[in-house]
Amino acid sequence: MAAPIVQLGVTGPVIPNYGAGSSSCVVHNHFFCADWVGHNWGPVLWPALRGHVVLTLVAVAIGFVISMTLALAAHRYRLLEQPTILVTTFLYTIPSLALFELLVAPVGANVYSAEIALVSYTLLILFRNILAGLREVPAEVMDAADGMGMTRTQSLLRVELPLALPAIVAGIRIAVVTTIALATIVYTIYDAGLGVPIHTALGEGPFKTELIAAGGLTVLLALVADGTLVLVQRLLTPWAQVQRS
Amino acid sequence: MNRRDSAHNEGPSAFAQAAELQLRSVSKRYPGQHEFAIEELSLTVPAGDVCVLVGPSGSGKTTTMRLINRMIPLTSGDILLGGRSVLAREPRQLRRDIGYVIQQVGLFPHQTVGQNIATVPRLLGWQKGRIAARVEELLELVGLDASAMRDRYPAQLSGGQRQRVGVARALAADPPLMLMDEPFGAIDPINRARLQDEFVRLQEKVRKTVVFVTHDIDEAIKMGDRIAILREGGVLAQYDAPAAILSHPADEFVSRFVGADRALKRLALARVADLDLVAPNGLVGQRNAQRVSATTSARDALSLLLVSGGEPLLVVDGEGRAEGLLTIDVLEQLLSSEAAEARSR
Repeated sequence: MAAPIVQLGVTGPVIPNYGAGSSSCVVHNHFFCADWVGHNWGPVLWPALRGHVVLTLVAVAIGFVISMTLALAAHRYRLLEQPTILVTTFLYTIPSLALFELLVAPVGANVYSAEIALVSYTLLILFRNILAGLREVPAEVMDAADGMGMTRTQSLLRVELPLALPAIVAGIRIAVVTTIALATIVYTIYDAGLGVPIHTALGEGPFKTELIAAGGLTVLLALVADGTLVLVQRLLTPWAQVQRS
Repeated sequence: MNRRDSAHNEGPSAFAQAAELQLRSVSKRYPGQHEFAIEELSLTVPAGDVCVLVGPSGSGKTTTMRLINRMIPLTSGDILLGGRSVLAREPRQLRRDIGYVIQQVGLFPHQTVGQNIATVPRLLGWQKGRIAARVEELLELVGLDASAMRDRYPAQLSGGQRQRVGVARALAADPPLMLMDEPFGAIDPINRARLQDEFVRLQEKVRKTVVFVTHDIDEAIKMGDRIAILREGGVLAQYDAPAAILSHPADEFVSRFVGADRALKRLALARVADLDLVAPNGLVGQRNAQRVSATTSARDALSLLLVSGGEPLLVVDGEGRAEGLLTIDVLEQLLSSEAAEARSR
């Protein structure tokens, strides 16, 4: 645990420099210094934000592929549902800090450990939502699809998955927001994400600008991601937007 | 399809020929069940006829329907469509050849009306232009405005409109056989009567072979060219034309099922013009007689006779010319002659 922290101290711009170039805001240690953010956006905040987005996207994408596969299997073979829920729930309940550290021994303190941990937390949410979405398709709709001569694959692609879309996107929204929050502790094993400046800021004593900026960016990222997904869902499911007559 | 077994095409050129449907000793027992759901059911539906399967719940109406398109497997027997066993066909291909309408309609909520109707043509790989033209034609056929309806979603339709779209979807690839499972069961009585009338008119145009499931004997009498009455356990109690079932029910079960008012139901099937009216000249007082149109049902005429205290009614044609006099005897004759015919069988 100690080693990465020392490393972080080297890479981050961190402790405010009271020498030449420091603004009066920083010197007088006001609550929030916009010019500090301006100066540090390029070297600190932007790379952290970008890294955070990549960590999240990769984790949710891999998690989605795994969960979709598992959900389709469980949709077809009901027997698979309970074991899958058991395993994914187990993964979900492992304390995140512990899981990150546990992965370091076999995998190493690298991006792979980080992604494995993040992915494992998305599985339960995504699996359950996808499966619930597939099961929610009304029986008479399936009956009609079957009665008109659709094959299993055709009914899955043309009927079941489109109708499960709202539940699936709802699952992705939760998974994305959860992963964005969780990715802030990736810094403990791997030097990436908004957790890096947040952690640095925790060592800056009374200087709160970096903490507020990095923490605020995390919240903002979550909100923007969630809002984007809501829009995507609206575009993908025009039928769910129409007024019922 | 074998031409011999096909009805002549009387509809617009786009409609293919209907096919004869033949059930041969069809039995179905569900796995793990002792009783038969369907037992030794044999019946033939001539091409272009509407056969109504009617009976109490548990009589295997829906099961029979689903055996025909192989959504459930037969236990024994055979089913021939257009002279060819359905068992010899790949089930998915078979179903694309059979229109399928269910009570809950089962429209795809995520697809527009047009996309819903295009389902089977798309499965069959039709060209886009052909599908679009077909969708338009079908919407007009079921009495919906194509330009207003095509791009709506099912949630934006009324129950009756949804059911019409369901029928259009089933007709899309012009199947020789239609299976309809209580298609109007979930519709309120007024709209149901309208949909029934529309379907009768539609059927005159498209002349499909239709298997129509209902538990409503009145609907069966109204819609069916032939009615198959099933009893519990999937045994065929009687298979005949509506008038024949009403005038000579095969047994106690059928007679109870069609109801104590079967004579009235029989009269409802006849128009006064079809009866042996009394020649108008011989009778006095016809000048004051109440006039009824030749298209009045015999049942309504009976009601008028009862109200008029038995005074004969003057039946007139569209131009007001007298066709004859209707007395209670004429109605009795219709019922008793059919009963005699039944006894002599």
